[in-house]
Amino acid sequence: MSVPPTDGLVVVPSAPVRRRHLMVRLLHDPVAVAALVILALLAAASVLAPVLTSHDPIRSSLFDTLAPMGPDHPLGADGVGRDVWAQLLYGARTSLAAALVAVAVAFAVGIPAGLLGGYYRGKADAILSWASNFMMAVPAIIVLLVVMAAVSQSTYVAMAVLGLIISPSVYRLIRASVVSVREELYVDAARVSGLTDGRIMRRHILPVVQAPSIIQAAQIFGVAISIQAGLAFLGLGSPSETSWGAMLNDAFANIYTAPMLLLWPALAICLTTTSLALLANALRDALGGKKVRQKSSVQRPKTSVRPARGAKSAKPAVRNLGAELLRVDNLKVTYPVDGGTRTVVDGVSLVVERGKVLGLVGESGSGKSQTAFSLLGLLPPEAGMQADGIRFDGDELGGLGRGAMNRFRGKRIAYIPQEPMSNLDPSFTVGSQLVEPVRQHLRISARAAKAKVLSLLERVGITEPGRVFDSYPHQISGGMAQRVLIAGAVSCDPDLLIADEPTTALDVTVQAEILDLIRSLQDERNMGVILVTHDFGVVADICDRVTVMRSGKLVETADVAELFANPQADYTRMLLASTLEDAKPRTALKGPAVGRRDRTA
Amino acid sequence: MGTDMTNLELPAGTSGDGGGNPLLRVDNIRVEYPSKKWRRAGFVALDGVSLDVQAGETVGIVGESGSGKTTLGRAVLGLAPVTGGSIVYDGREISSMRRSERRSLSDEIQVVFQDPYTSLNPALTVLDILSEPLLMSGTGRAAAEKRVRDLLDQVYLPSDAAQRLPREFSGGQRQRIAIARALCRDPRLIVCDEPVSALDLSNQSRVLDLFIEIQERTGVAYLFVTHDLSVVRYISHRVAVMYKGGIVETGDAAVVTAHPVEAYTRRLLLAAPVPDPQRQAVRRAARKQFDAAQREATRIGA
Repeated sequence: MSVPPTDGLVVVPSAPVRRRHLMVRLLHDPVAVAALVILALLAAASVLAPVLTSHDPIRSSLFDTLAPMGPDHPLGADGVGRDVWAQLLYGARTSLAAALVAVAVAFAVGIPAGLLGGYYRGKADAILSWASNFMMAVPAIIVLLVVMAAVSQSTYVAMAVLGLIISPSVYRLIRASVVSVREELYVDAARVSGLTDGRIMRRHILPVVQAPSIIQAAQIFGVAISIQAGLAFLGLGSPSETSWGAMLNDAFANIYTAPMLLLWPALAICLTTTSLALLANALRDALGGKKVRQKSSVQRPKTSVRPARGAKSAKPAVRNLGAELLRVDNLKVTYPVDGGTRTVVDGVSLVVERGKVLGLVGESGSGKSQTAFSLLGLLPPEAGMQADGIRFDGDELGGLGRGAMNRFRGKRIAYIPQEPMSNLDPSFTVGSQLVEPVRQHLRISARAAKAKVLSLLERVGITEPGRVFDSYPHQISGGMAQRVLIAGAVSCDPDLLIADEPTTALDVTVQAEILDLIRSLQDERNMGVILVTHDFGVVADICDRVTVMRSGKLVETADVAELFANPQADYTRMLLASTLEDAKPRTALKGPAVGRRDRTA
Repeated sequence: MGTDMTNLELPAGTSGDGGGNPLLRVDNIRVEYPSKKWRRAGFVALDGVSLDVQAGETVGIVGESGSGKTTLGRAVLGLAPVTGGSIVYDGREISSMRRSERRSLSDEIQVVFQDPYTSLNPALTVLDILSEPLLMSGTGRAAAEKRVRDLLDQVYLPSDAAQRLPREFSGGQRQRIAIARALCRDPRLIVCDEPVSALDLSNQSRVLDLFIEIQERTGVAYLFVTHDLSVVRYISHRVAVMYKGGIVETGDAAVVTAHPVEAYTRRLLLAAPVPDPQRQAVRRAARKQFDAAQREATRIGA
């Protein structure tokens, strides 16, 4: 027995591997480039300080007190005659090194703690979280003042303490990322593969943590620079050390005689912290993947319909069975992609009759859901939609604006989604979510609407409608939620019901009940139904006509009995042959297992 | 087979490899997840579940959501907290093993998960994913790369797939990569957790055929968890039906999936739609009749 490697197995020659380096992506962002240039210049200036100035930043000369800008002092001299330019350059050294210390300590403490707490959870996590909450509650500036006054005057000791105080923010970030990755199946698979915890962390968890860490580091760097400057401004720190904060301190003393002295250190601090903040933002954008740039002018799908032959026909007076309810001619849905458009629905035409169920069948990527969404006017704004005509009960739907479409949507065309839970708002009760649209569409009182909703809930097979009415979505089961949504869909007596895989998320016994419900409601109210599904069992159960789709194109349309008995297209035949229903079951294993391969292979 | 809920183990010898020790024996296990709140009772996901798997055999576990079928697979893999009973693999008790001991089982018991999108690390190439367990067990890099090419060949993926990232593959292809990962150290048991549920119909049957082909060639055993009766019938030798944390019926696949004895299994079978309008109409009528009879029975019983 062999598996023929057929079309589904050929690797799609898709776009070439796009693993562009982070740096390359950053270089496409002008803001990031500007920030990087400024930071690089600062780093260079601090390293090359002895080359860029011949002055000693701490040597004061009484002759030069408050000297103006000139050939000897390019930016003048301060209140005790120190050269401002030299101080700026050497001050950059202090600021950058101090901030580096803070970042290094914060990460040296935060990353291991976050990995430990997030990966092992339990007691370690509880203790670490308690410790981090405690540290966050401690007022950082007061601790720093105490440390500098009582323990050490060194800027670097103070910055190490600051790093420790900031580390809970790193811990929390890392822990949150680890907790979410830990739940991924590939981490489970790695455990089953026998990888040690250390290796799992290094290979599977650290790479995920990388991106948020880089952003966090840039932010902490900026914070540390401004806190260091603040401390030096307050006069804490070694007097023999040049720093931007100390420069501010001196400038403040001479603010009336030489206000310009404030400008240079303030400018340096602003430039550095702003660059770091912007760099952090740019990093987040670059690491977050694609940036969605949408033209805000496009409010709804670009729709163009060429209304052909006899645009306004009279509405059929009698709603008789089998009458044409919806006719779609040559529907096309496109999405913009890099330098062009991708067509996801291509020339689909279909007819739904009153009181009949049309099945829209296909595999993933066949465009069946896109077709359903375009009929509901629910395509995303960037999608383009064209059709030769979409006629619903005598009205042309194509080209209608949002407001005009709302006259149909909900009231005359209803929708049942695939995921019942995600289509109910968790913060409102089931009842309030059902009453709202009923009141809006039918313009009846709250009392009447509630009575109608309760009777509908009973109709869809909910045994305690009152209790469900007052429940929140998380208090009911998935099958119950789907019944609620069906009740909502039929609440305004629609003519057309569009159901997108309404039973795919449900258990098979619940599926059978929901299909029974849709069938009986459709029969009772003489609705037309479009049922999107991938399951031929569901098609056989409920559909009258079937349209098979593949890659956005229509493959064939037939009555249900005809389609199963006599499929015309090769693709339909292949799909039907793939169903496992009539496959022969395997017989019980007899004798010892065959063909056991040698384990040394 | 009117057995009670607590002990539904098949007598050894009715099937399997003729009375020898089973490869895997799950005996009366209980899985209880501790409650998040202090001194509150935990959640019992499995209670009193027994079953065995012979070498080279596929045992299908079928049930609806919340039946505990996935938990059973995770308990065998050591990913769920077993609080009672025993799991014996090849003569060794494995349910109470420590993580470090457990690692030695990794070339014996492997896994294929349901979701081919989250079970492969998106940041690693296929080569990295497949060679990792090999490198772990001390295989050299060149030998590992050769083995990866061989594995890709076995699951019908082109060998240039090794240099690509998981996102460049379709769902069916990703599941083939996951199968290759499970195979890479020649396991004797693979726990398959809904491995075809996320796949399109045409891929589903191809991947199932691949599972069967591999089993016939290598003699690996599968514990195959699924919600789909037709899938379980296609791939299993024997089937266990689960409901609310226990096993309600076990037996040969042909029997359980076509002529079930227990009421729950019959309900499950009648609810599954047949892809044939005439036969589905018959089945639907049978289901309605069965449901009415059940309601009648409970009314009389009450």
